[in-house]
Amino acid sequence: MTDTGTALRAAGLGKRFGRSTAPWALRDCTLRLPAGRVCALVGPNGAGKSTLLAMAAGLLAPTEGGLTVLGEHPADARPRVGYVAQGKPLYPQLTIADTLRVGADLNPGRWDAATAGRIVAAGDLDPRARVRTLSGGQRTRVALALVLGKRPELLLLDEPMADLDPLARHELMGTLMAEAAQHGTTIVLSSHVVAELEESCDHLLLIGGGQVRMAGDIDDLLAAHTRVTAPAADADLTGHTVVESRTTGRQLTALLRPGGPLPEDWRTFAPSLEELVLAHLRNPQAPALTPAPAQPQETHA
Amino acid sequence: MLEYRIDRHSGVATYVQIVQQTKQALRLKLLEPGDRLPTAREVVEATAINPNTVLKAYRELEREGLVEARRGLGTFVRRSLGTAPTDDSPLRAELDGWAARAREAGLDRDDVAALFTAVLDRHFAVREEHLREEHLQGDAS
Repeated sequence: MTDTGTALRAAGLGKRFGRSTAPWALRDCTLRLPAGRVCALVGPNGAGKSTLLAMAAGLLAPTEGGLTVLGEHPADARPRVGYVAQGKPLYPQLTIADTLRVGADLNPGRWDAATAGRIVAAGDLDPRARVRTLSGGQRTRVALALVLGKRPELLLLDEPMADLDPLARHELMGTLMAEAAQHGTTIVLSSHVVAELEESCDHLLLIGGGQVRMAGDIDDLLAAHTRVTAPAADADLTGHTVVESRTTGRQLTALLRPGGPLPEDWRTFAPSLEELVLAHLRNPQAPALTPAPAQPQETHA
Repeated sequence: MLEYRIDRHSGVATYVQIVQQTKQALRLKLLEPGDRLPTAREVVEATAINPNTVLKAYRELEREGLVEARRGLGTFVRRSLGTAPTDDSPLRAELDGWAARAREAGLDRDDVAALFTAVLDRHFAVREEHLREEHLQGDAS
C-alpha cells in the first residue's frame, strides 16, 4: 500500500447549481486525501457528498476553486478513476454479459475480465439476463463488477451499499477491501450511516452544510478527542477545544479536543467514531478539524 | 488456515481482536512454528475490515516476536505460546481459595466479578494502553 502521493486534493472548491443566487451545494472545501486510503465520505442528506464525488469524477465543473485527481485535472484522470453514481446508471436493455463486454471495449489495456466475472458470478446472476430485469441490489453488483473490472487507481462510490442485503453488503465490502489490499486502490465511499463504514475505512471526510467539518485518518481523529464527565461546579474547560458540552444536574459531560492534561478527578472515555461524527453534526459552530495544511501545490482551476 | 471472527460490538479494537485470536490459536496449538498466517487480502475479503487493520495486528505480533514477515512469501509463525495454567496449577488454586473467602465474606457473584475486573484492569489495562500508544507512534513515523 502506498502512503506517498495524493489521490484527491481540493482548494477552495465550491459548487452552485443554476443562478448566482442559488445556494451553495459545496463551499470553500479544502482537503487532501492521501493515496491508498479507504475513505468514508460522511454527512447528512444534502451535505454535498454527491456533488464532491461528481466533481472528482470529472463529470461536474466546479463553480469556484479547483481540484486535482491523482495529480491531474479530473477530466484527464478519468481513465484511472472508477465512479459509481448513486443511481447505478447502466444500460437497461443490455444483458449482463453485454455490459461487461462494453466495459472491456471502453477500457482497452486495463480491463480485468476475471475480476468482473467473479463479482457477477458470486451473485448467482445469469449473464444472459437483461439489466432491466434485475433488482436494485443486483444492479449494484453489476455496477461494481463493471467499475472494478476497470482496475481503477481511485474508486469513487456514491452510497454503494444502500440497495444491498446484509449478506451481499458484507461480501461486496470484502471484495472492495481485497482490491485495496492487493492493488493499493484508493477508495472513497459515501454514506450517511457511519456505523456501516467504520470497520472498513481508515480515513474520514465529514461534510456538513457544504463544508468540511472533520478530515483525517480515523485513528488520529479518535486519538484527538476525549469524552469527559466532571462535577459541573468546578469544571473549567478553558484551554481545550470544546466540540460539545452539556450540564445535567451537577454533572458536566463534554466532548473535547484536549489542549493539555485533564484534571485527575475527571472521568474520561474514548469516543466511538459515530459519537464523534454526531457530535460534530449537532454542533455546527464547533471548530472544524482538518490535518495541518500540506505543502501548497498547484491545483487546476 | 486461521479464520478471524470480528465482533463489531465487543468494544475491543479490531486489530486487538486479531492479535488475541492469533495468540489463542498459538496457545491451542492450532498454529505452530512455520505455519503461515492468512494474507491481508484473505482476511479482509472474508471480514470486510480495512487492510491496514490486519497489517497493524501483524506488526504487533511481529514486535512481540511471535511471527515474522518474509518478503513476498507472507507472515509466518516463529514460536508458539505456553498454554494457560491448567486445573492443578498453583495460580488456579490461589484464585480458588480467594473466591471461597470472598463468598464467606458475603460477596455475591456480581460483587466478585466487579472486584476481579477492577484488579485485572489495574494490572493489565495500563499495559494494553501503553502498547497502543507505542503502536500509534510507530504508525506516525
